[in-house]
Amino acid sequence: MSYAKSKFRHPNLEVNDIGLTYRDYEGVVSTLCAGCGHDSISASIIHACAELSIPPHKIAKMSGIGCSSKAPNYFLNRSHGFNSVHGRMPSVTTGANLANKDLCYLAMSGDGDTASIGLGQFAHVIRRRLDMVYLVANNGVYGLTKGQLAATSDKGAKNKAGEISPFNEIDLCVMALQLGASFVARCFSGDRKQLVSILKAAICHQGFAFIDIISPCVTFNNQANSKRSYDYVQQHVSTGAVSDFVPVKDEISCDLPSGNYHDICLHDGSLIRLYKVAKDYRSDDKLHAVNMIEAHKAKQQILTGLFYVNPAIDTYHEVNQTSDTPLNQLREDALCPGQRVLKSINGSFR
Amino acid sequence: MKKTDVNHYQHYLNVVDCQQACPAHTPVPEYIRLITQKRFGDAYMLNWQSNVFPGILGRVCDRPCEPACRRTRVEDKAVAICRLKRVTADYKEDIRERLPKAPKQTNGKRIALIGAGPASLTVARDLLPLGYQIDLFERDSKAGGMMRSQIPQFRLPHQVLDEELDYILDMGVNTHFDHPIKSLESLLSQDYHAIFIGTGAPKGRHLHLPGFDDCKDDINIGIDWLSGVSFGHITQAPKRVVVLGGGNTAMDCCRTAKRLGATDVKVLVRSSFEAMKASPWEKEDAIAEAIEILADHSPLKYQRSEDGHMRVSFEKVISSYDKSNNRTLTKTGETLDIDCDLVLVAIGQDTSFPWIERHIGLKFNDWSQPVLNKATLQSTLPQVFFGGDSAFGPENIITAVAHGHKAAISIDLYCQGKDPENRPDSDFNLISQKMGMHEWRYDNQIEHHQRRNVPHIDWQQASQELATEVELGFDEKLALKEAQRCLNCDIQTVFSESKCIECSACEDICPLDCINFIDDIPQSGDPETLLKGKLRVEKAHSEQDYFISDKLNTGHIMVKDEDVCVHCGLCAERCPTGAWDMQKLILSNIEATIK
Repeated sequence: MSYAKSKFRHPNLEVNDIGLTYRDYEGVVSTLCAGCGHDSISASIIHACAELSIPPHKIAKMSGIGCSSKAPNYFLNRSHGFNSVHGRMPSVTTGANLANKDLCYLAMSGDGDTASIGLGQFAHVIRRRLDMVYLVANNGVYGLTKGQLAATSDKGAKNKAGEISPFNEIDLCVMALQLGASFVARCFSGDRKQLVSILKAAICHQGFAFIDIISPCVTFNNQANSKRSYDYVQQHVSTGAVSDFVPVKDEISCDLPSGNYHDICLHDGSLIRLYKVAKDYRSDDKLHAVNMIEAHKAKQQILTGLFYVNPAIDTYHEVNQTSDTPLNQLREDALCPGQRVLKSINGSFR
Repeated sequence: MKKTDVNHYQHYLNVVDCQQACPAHTPVPEYIRLITQKRFGDAYMLNWQSNVFPGILGRVCDRPCEPACRRTRVEDKAVAICRLKRVTADYKEDIRERLPKAPKQTNGKRIALIGAGPASLTVARDLLPLGYQIDLFERDSKAGGMMRSQIPQFRLPHQVLDEELDYILDMGVNTHFDHPIKSLESLLSQDYHAIFIGTGAPKGRHLHLPGFDDCKDDINIGIDWLSGVSFGHITQAPKRVVVLGGGNTAMDCCRTAKRLGATDVKVLVRSSFEAMKASPWEKEDAIAEAIEILADHSPLKYQRSEDGHMRVSFEKVISSYDKSNNRTLTKTGETLDIDCDLVLVAIGQDTSFPWIERHIGLKFNDWSQPVLNKATLQSTLPQVFFGGDSAFGPENIITAVAHGHKAAISIDLYCQGKDPENRPDSDFNLISQKMGMHEWRYDNQIEHHQRRNVPHIDWQQASQELATEVELGFDEKLALKEAQRCLNCDIQTVFSESKCIECSACEDICPLDCINFIDDIPQSGDPETLLKGKLRVEKAHSEQDYFISDKLNTGHIMVKDEDVCVHCGLCAERCPTGAWDMQKLILSNIEATIK
């Protein structure tokens, strides 16, 4: 068993704007099952962060419990991280974000951690409009406890042990749309190109960004009758529009593509560029998005891509008019201004 | 795109850069693995089978394998392949029992070998066990050819040479030493079934400059002088020696002169220091022995003063290269005079065939070289074959060995009445190295340590003792460590399309970004052009192959750039379905792979 990757690198490896290669954004070698979709997600995160040239120390990886929540160990070794209690990652992230809003919060959760034990926390963090990227590695089973069906499994789905799901599934994208997430997308771990560009857009988006990532469990949910297997997803995946991410620095220099495309400008000036846009595609209408998701499901198809984005929404800090300087950078005299100020506050209530 | 042809061994052999670069295709990674298991005797025999002189070549090989080593493409320096070969010779047990023996009953075919150098001896080694009767003719009193006459003892001790020559001679060669062949025509009349000519390139070139005649008593040809030293005819050198030339012979001349008492030894060469033909390590050793190398100096004339002193004049030149790497020398007008007592000329050597009559049907080309079939080494006289330096001009020992193997196959076919052009080929086998979930039969952890230097005796002492070997060789501990640096390139990454579920785990884990899953390209043509801009990282070395799969389920293809793969096996470890496997390449008949 190999515990380490060779330090040798390809001589032509690209260096980003801050002098790092993607390999500087790697973590330790994964201990997840060989072929796990989560490893593809880790790789996509590594490439997205490297391509955006984010200094690794400006990122915090947040997670709960599960295979998905182990994954942050396998990317961004030089970033901050907090592996929290099962389903409680949103609260911990809220606390961290209140203390230091300057970091990019990359949260990695799973179907159990989000759709079961953490559903309440999930709902509230969306409602709170916290500026974060919330990723769910969704494989439809509890892999870490040997493959019991998760709440995101379709009604009638059968797991490897033959157990059948008697209940309707929770569609996390639909929930996120309904609860006010300002960036909602669904991706497939096996479609690297789409995942990396949507991840980059989500990181640049100011506000709550949610990506549900279908990530096959090779050990417990990759059997022939599974609807979350590599084969099934590859055959039933469909995309509303092919998205590409155009960073601010490239906008002027890059040639405009020929043919049909549609740009969405994000808060920081970067663009999401959509190609091969389907006739009925819209990215600014929640109701339309929900309809499209359900319509595809009815056709036994899995719709992926960017469902909804609102680049202009106020986030938690703006709504609550918090201090411009992150709390962790305020000095003691500002945080605790003393008796005189307390007296004047109290005086204002008299 | 066109799927890579994996029904033949050539793609896999190309991946094993060192083995492919070796003219004899010695299975380098396999013998280095045997060293790591301390199986020195087995490692020696594997070498012996393919390159015949492991102890000799482990000291004085030109090492074409090392510049080819994959490590030079992922880090600074190659594995010390050559010196690890010496380790197999130094630490082996007595292997004489394991050597093949000539059968008691010969097959009735008589072969004459002319010259007792590496090429002829390889032919003898290959043909004796098949029952051939071998007559070996050598002009000198001992076997070895240029290995004995031109390579000084401080690089190649005579006992090392004798041991490996005796392995072959003792198999039952009928030797005829001090027996120069004066006429091929008369040898032909002796009814040999085949004759092999391995007479090397024995004629050193002179440098005729103005003043040559006045000075010719003190101007010697390098290889002749070295031969005189080797056979004990020359035992001392004057104080001031000038060596002309920049190849390995020049390095051997200057270092030998120092050992024979010269105190002021200078090497002057027309090319730049970097462009000198000598191996870099030979130059380093000469400099370490306080020998001055003056590059960029073109000789103008020899002069003899009235009081009898000799002087050589040079002009400083500048080398410049055009786009196709052709050199132009520009004169600077600046001159340099060097007073000396002996000039050794080491500017090249040629083949020499005054003893081959031109009317017997053996054709020569415009450069007085025999006309040969490159694939069989057969001359225009069907029973006469050539090999080593005599075939195509000066090369090196390992090339001579490769020629020997090739000629032995040709001679064997010819003597059976078969067409030597209709040659046997090697079979190949790929053996899975998988032992468990993530366990391999080879050590797949990558060793990142830099190349170890070979220990040597004190330089001061070195430049005084003619017969003391300078290099001490790796001790066992260093050898085991250096052997760990080998990347096991013969453990091939083998891919089966039908098992792949396209989870991209291999693509993600590969530390060197070799593996790509891309849309199929409908056009056909040069893969590098077609794949430009489509892979994770642009190709670094054009001469390296791609490994291209058939179409997968989704219509994608897998393209692996073999260039910088370190054979760590992580792709196979992270593959959930065993679509990737690490398999060892085994060639059944390595001699037949020499084309």
